[in-house]
Amino acid sequence: MQLIFEQSVPGRKGVMLPASDVPRAAALPEGLRRAEPAALPELSELDLVRHFTNLSRRNFSVDTHFYPLGSCTMKYNAKVLENAANLFAPLHPLTALLPGGSDLCQGALGMLYDLAQMLADITGMDEVTAQPLAGAHGEMTGMLLIAAYHKAKGNQKKYVVVPDSSHGTNPASAAMVGYEIITIPTAPYGDMDMELFKQAMNSEVAAVMMTCPNTLGLFNPHIKEIADIAHSHDALMYYDGANLNAIMGKVRPGDVGFDVIHVNLHKTFGTPHGGGGPGSGPVGVKKALVPFLPMPCIVHDDDSGQLRVQTDSPQSIGRTANFFGNFGVMVKAYAYMIMLGREGLIQVSEQAVLNANYIKEKLKGYFELPYDQTCMHEAVFSASRQLEHGVHAIDIAKFLIDKGYHPPTVYFPLIVKEAIMIEPTETESKQTLDAFIEIMIEAAQLAESDPAAFAAMPVSMPVTRLDETKAAREQNVCCVG
Amino acid sequence: MTSHYCPHTPQEIREMLDAIGVASIEELFAPIPAELRAKTFNLPAGMSEFETLARMQQLAADNCSQLSLFIGGGFYDHLIPAAVDHLAGRAEFYTAYTPYQPECSQGTLQALFEYQTAICRLTGLEVSNASLYDGATAVAEGALMALRATNRNRLLVDGCINPASRQVLKTYLSNLDVEIVELPPLDGLLNRPALAQELDDRVAALLVQYPNIFGCVEDFSPVAEQVHAAGGLLVTAVYPVALGMLKSPAEIGADIAVGDGQSLGNPLSFGGPSFGFIAAKKAYIRNMPGRIVGETVDKNGQRGFVLTLQAREQHIKRHKATSNICSNQSLCALRGLIFLSALGREGLTELAQLNYDKAQYAKASLAAIPGVTVLQSAPSFNEFTVSLPKSADQVVGALLAKGIVAGLPLGQYFEGSENLMVVTVTEKRSRKEIDLLVRELEVALCN
Repeated sequence: MQLIFEQSVPGRKGVMLPASDVPRAAALPEGLRRAEPAALPELSELDLVRHFTNLSRRNFSVDTHFYPLGSCTMKYNAKVLENAANLFAPLHPLTALLPGGSDLCQGALGMLYDLAQMLADITGMDEVTAQPLAGAHGEMTGMLLIAAYHKAKGNQKKYVVVPDSSHGTNPASAAMVGYEIITIPTAPYGDMDMELFKQAMNSEVAAVMMTCPNTLGLFNPHIKEIADIAHSHDALMYYDGANLNAIMGKVRPGDVGFDVIHVNLHKTFGTPHGGGGPGSGPVGVKKALVPFLPMPCIVHDDDSGQLRVQTDSPQSIGRTANFFGNFGVMVKAYAYMIMLGREGLIQVSEQAVLNANYIKEKLKGYFELPYDQTCMHEAVFSASRQLEHGVHAIDIAKFLIDKGYHPPTVYFPLIVKEAIMIEPTETESKQTLDAFIEIMIEAAQLAESDPAAFAAMPVSMPVTRLDETKAAREQNVCCVG
Repeated sequence: MTSHYCPHTPQEIREMLDAIGVASIEELFAPIPAELRAKTFNLPAGMSEFETLARMQQLAADNCSQLSLFIGGGFYDHLIPAAVDHLAGRAEFYTAYTPYQPECSQGTLQALFEYQTAICRLTGLEVSNASLYDGATAVAEGALMALRATNRNRLLVDGCINPASRQVLKTYLSNLDVEIVELPPLDGLLNRPALAQELDDRVAALLVQYPNIFGCVEDFSPVAEQVHAAGGLLVTAVYPVALGMLKSPAEIGADIAVGDGQSLGNPLSFGGPSFGFIAAKKAYIRNMPGRIVGETVDKNGQRGFVLTLQAREQHIKRHKATSNICSNQSLCALRGLIFLSALGREGLTELAQLNYDKAQYAKASLAAIPGVTVLQSAPSFNEFTVSLPKSADQVVGALLAKGIVAGLPLGQYFEGSENLMVVTVTEKRSRKEIDLLVRELEVALCN
């Protein structure tokens, strides 16, 4: 397909602006003006619409294809959530900070306030800030809160402990806050090696970052003991909420010893992933960390019964983003939560776990299951049996594309060779799961009968396999012209 | 219970449990020790989508959405062509995720490549990533990028940069071994004497913004030369709509440009989601944070797009990554691209001119009110600072009661600025609304 820039015809326009109703002002001095207008595309509205409509058709998406991308919780995004978000489009965030302005945004502030309370209840935390703009941003905010906590106590802390099964964002977020990383290997039983963990812990450890269930889809039964050990060194427990979809109503991270948590609204709470964002990564904390929460925050004014915006607080870490966070995403998550309600959210986790275990049982005869236990919301296989025939996880992924399935996450977690990480989510029907299982079995059989067939796949897409080395070498990241 | 979001019938659940070999769903949660199980879970009961929407409408009705906005401060009330909502509202775009599998994600990948191209052309710089979170975090990421690229640890920050961005920068860097020196504004402009004094061979970058928080536009070209001579980089925060008229960051000599993309086709939405952008000279591409889309070919030699230079990123490099960013603001960046493509080369210039003309009209009208003076130290684009004969908070409060958001009072950000207010005029404000603002402001000043 042509780039939109290649369709440009000088003088064409995709939109007409209103005529000016004020006099033309004297021009800015030449030294401040750009020499040439930016060479943006010039095309009619119809051609613009066709271009982007046709581009969209070159995507797999949840609405068009089963998308069991592990660790990403690609559940269905209810349409009514989009309607809800549009209701708040004209509201300027700074209105709330003006004298008398918060009275004009009570609905928005109320939503933020309620959302935080609901998330606190779901996670077992005392307070929640919704400012972080994505999961990794939540992690960084959490690490800043932990650093502020230790600083206030005069603790000399240097390290953050992460298991080797963690998301890459965990060590990256801790490093952004200046911590050095201690990585703990995974034991054969699928959880962080307890002995090595105990050896690694010392008074200089600031925090232990855990994903629970972890990226193998396994719930660590020793989590309380880990928390107790961490706390004995005054290290705080950080919960990566990427896998919260497995445990709503079943376990509350705050109850089992976690001090800080981020949740991914775009994963657990049904907001769309947008081709890579926007997400939203609210952070919950226990009481000891409340004084450090970022500003601005929403407070209930008992005198007037109204909600107000507080812009500073002596021990706050400051600001992690421009305003209140990805508000439009929160509106959708809030609508999702009140729509599903208590029973609905419990059912979400139950059926997410049911679906993952169903796939695990049905496929374990065909694919290596390195940790053969009851899993939570996702199942991690290895293509090691297929590799004996020269077929890699990536080849199976490309096979699935030709069959009309978005592939699972492959090559993550890094600790599983040829990993295939399947997270079906609760919104898929049994018929969809059965059809997917059939296709996976077909892939396993083809790996034995005709392994060479995979090399050409996919054949049904606009492009075949792409040369990533060339992309990295040539670094053509924008169209010159 | 079968719900429309959890579709299994009781019969199907039975079959699945049998296949797994357990008696109940509860058995699947057996790996969680009993003593760790949740004791409370207090959410209210659920409801239908109709009741949900009604509840959301009720909340929305508790906001006043009919305000005449003369406030900016980083988020701007601009027109959004209908095509933006419709095209970005295609579920093939918004229900996809990060394009890890390029063959079935060419739609997102090509769109992001086009987005990167649009940002490069707007800023004049050679490389752009696929978006950051917002304008404030983009300032922080731009600073971090400069620190990596120069291997220095001192930053000079123009005090005229949006205070929210400066606060985010401070928070981001609070635990790193970096010295941040803020140059206090001088008459609403970069404090050049202070710059000359502070600039040394430890400075990784000077961070500036144009138009700045006061609305002033100054020529940073000489400053770029000065900073380069000291071996540092110039990082500029820019308001993208203003680039329809103002010198591009590349023309100034900036090495890195950042900004907030809200004004490009994203609604105000109480502050988000929008997107941050970052563009740079090609020499710094390996220091860039976040996703980058690159052009390549497939096995048949056909053009295609992939995520590239992933060795910079957290999922490969873990704690040694250039940034922790993973999810960005793709869909908002797509809206930005559609917006820029709808306006096109001439349209963006026209839009900038409209903003400029309306703001200059408002500036002259407000300056004519007795007791009101306009900060004249530098030209302005669509925002300018006025000095009032009384507290700006008081005046803004009085006009708010009449449905007008007259501007952003500066007292909360700068000491001794209680009477200053920044007025923003976008293309959406009619001459009638501007005239009403002037009349009501006069009334408020008389009372």
